[in-house]
Amino acid sequence: MIRVDEKGFYGKFGGAYIPEMLHPNIDELKENYEQIMASDEFQVEFRSLLKDFVGRPTPLYFASRLSEKYGVKIYLKREDLCHTGAHKVNNTVGQIIMAKKLGKKRIIAETGAGQHGVATATVCALMGMECTVYMGALDIQRQRPNVERMKILGAKVVPATSGSQTLKDATNEAMRQWINNPVDTHYIIGSVVGPHPYPEMVARFQSVISEEIKWQLKEKEGTENPDLVIACVGGGSNAAGAFFHYYNTPEVRLIAAEAAGLGISSGKSAATTALGTPGILHGSKTLLMQTEDGQVVEPHSISAGLDYPGIGPVHAHLFDTGRGEFVAVEDEDAMKAGIELSRLEGIIPAIETAHAIHALTMIEYKKDDIIVINLSGRGDKDLDTYIKWGGY
Amino acid sequence: MNRIDQLFEKKKDRVLSIYFTAGFPKLEDTLPIMEAIEEAGADIIEIGVPYSDPIADGPTIQDSNMIALNNGMSLKKLFEQLKDMRKTVSIPVVLMGYLNPIIQYGMENFCKKCQEIGVDGLILPDLPMQQYLDEYKAVFDQFELRNTFLISPQTSEKRIREIDEHSNGFIYMVSAHSITGARSGISDEQIAYFERVKAMQLKNPRLIGFGISDSQTFSTASTYSNGAIIGSAFIKTIKESKDLKVDIKTYISSVIQ
Repeated sequence: MIRVDEKGFYGKFGGAYIPEMLHPNIDELKENYEQIMASDEFQVEFRSLLKDFVGRPTPLYFASRLSEKYGVKIYLKREDLCHTGAHKVNNTVGQIIMAKKLGKKRIIAETGAGQHGVATATVCALMGMECTVYMGALDIQRQRPNVERMKILGAKVVPATSGSQTLKDATNEAMRQWINNPVDTHYIIGSVVGPHPYPEMVARFQSVISEEIKWQLKEKEGTENPDLVIACVGGGSNAAGAFFHYYNTPEVRLIAAEAAGLGISSGKSAATTALGTPGILHGSKTLLMQTEDGQVVEPHSISAGLDYPGIGPVHAHLFDTGRGEFVAVEDEDAMKAGIELSRLEGIIPAIETAHAIHALTMIEYKKDDIIVINLSGRGDKDLDTYIKWGGY
Repeated sequence: MNRIDQLFEKKKDRVLSIYFTAGFPKLEDTLPIMEAIEEAGADIIEIGVPYSDPIADGPTIQDSNMIALNNGMSLKKLFEQLKDMRKTVSIPVVLMGYLNPIIQYGMENFCKKCQEIGVDGLILPDLPMQQYLDEYKAVFDQFELRNTFLISPQTSEKRIREIDEHSNGFIYMVSAHSITGARSGISDEQIAYFERVKAMQLKNPRLIGFGISDSQTFSTASTYSNGAIIGSAFIKTIKESKDLKVDIKTYISSVIQ
């Protein structure tokens, strides 16, 4: 069984390795989140916002030309059509309602590419809550349009200037600010990472993705279960959402596409399961890219959303138990897959998502298999990267 | 007898613990700084093991961690530097560090090595109490290492009691809900918290840290506890120092005057 235990572990991974100063916050969340999520009041508000604000259910789209090319049936779960352009908003809608129920007045968040930051700024505007987003100083330069989107939405964007000045450092900074403001502030983590109960809570908010895939596939194919589900993994929130209702259905293969960057052995990679060893980052025990001395290694991926040295503990567990199959996709291959999807289906995907498309060429499958690819986000935010790459 | 226990047996008041980052400002400064701290009259030395992602620390200590790592500091290197420390340092020595570098070294090897070179206690801010009890207490005890937990103004009375029960050595009272080096001075709200904890009559001695930087804050903290810990302010002193020995003496004398 793939499920979290009462101490917050998925097998060997997970837990809550946090400074005592964060204990009251984490404890408050842990004691309350399940009950709040299960309440009718929460569910009514959450479901209604997912429908009318986010635009759910998102289509499960049969990609006929892509299917023809690979000789299988490929469905795309269109999370790119969510409001704000990616699956990230499913989680922020859930967490902002959670924050309100917990009586919090301020929201903080970390962001890498800016998608989670925009999704957080969006729900804060919706609910009239004060919002501060921590973002690596380097990412602020790389992702200018998203920085401006957050500002238009009324959020404050604060540069994280320590370390590599990217997602890892933005997360450190958000945690420090939470320590500084423990009483009135809720920290909206953007992926299935961080101390328990965050990985589980975020996965449950994202699980709407596989919940919909099940009934949509039933309508189209007469079965709830595809043969394979493919998703890209940085921290792993879209993958957790797409896999969630299939964790314990062993006949459905779960494929996770990591970012190999310039190549697994190039020293410029973010392929955590290929290169990582067990360690502790941002409050949970997981697989982590680190030196022999236990210092965290700076990752590299062309996609800012996969540029993270760890992975959610549930994915470390899927890897460890063999329940998940992991492939590592190089920058160049991901870019080409992005162009391929654009030309075959008229959809320019986020570069993160393009990694999942390329995974089609790296795995074995049978001729009539049904494959669902989670199309986690759209490529508008990546236009600069596509242009600089130029191979189209 | 463990040096921390010995210290608190004979000194109940105005105990001064000084924190600095190993391998900072220069790689080979670690031992000379320890010797200077003892000579200047402090009671405990806390050596920070540098880490790439110190989430409970403010800019001053983050910066010292980064410089130390760039200098080539690691646990292996630190143990090498400290192997003969007990020839020249007699006061208690505590290692403070985040969990990840230690579990990569191996917790049992780490504890064994600590005992071998004469380390008396550990402060691991991201090791939660439950994990400590489940996984590591036995090995800490085996190698006679005292374990210090942190408490903050948000820590409930019930949890403070639990922490007191499972701590030995001393309890680290974080003076405000903040990361290190974020504040200066002590507010009325903090005094209320100090008084509240003092009235609980815990079995462990208490040292107050975060926001302690000079003789005034040190004295105030000591009124409500057994003493205090200085970190960021000391790091600033040694960062700019041209003569470590003299500057450390001057700084510590000014605090304990």
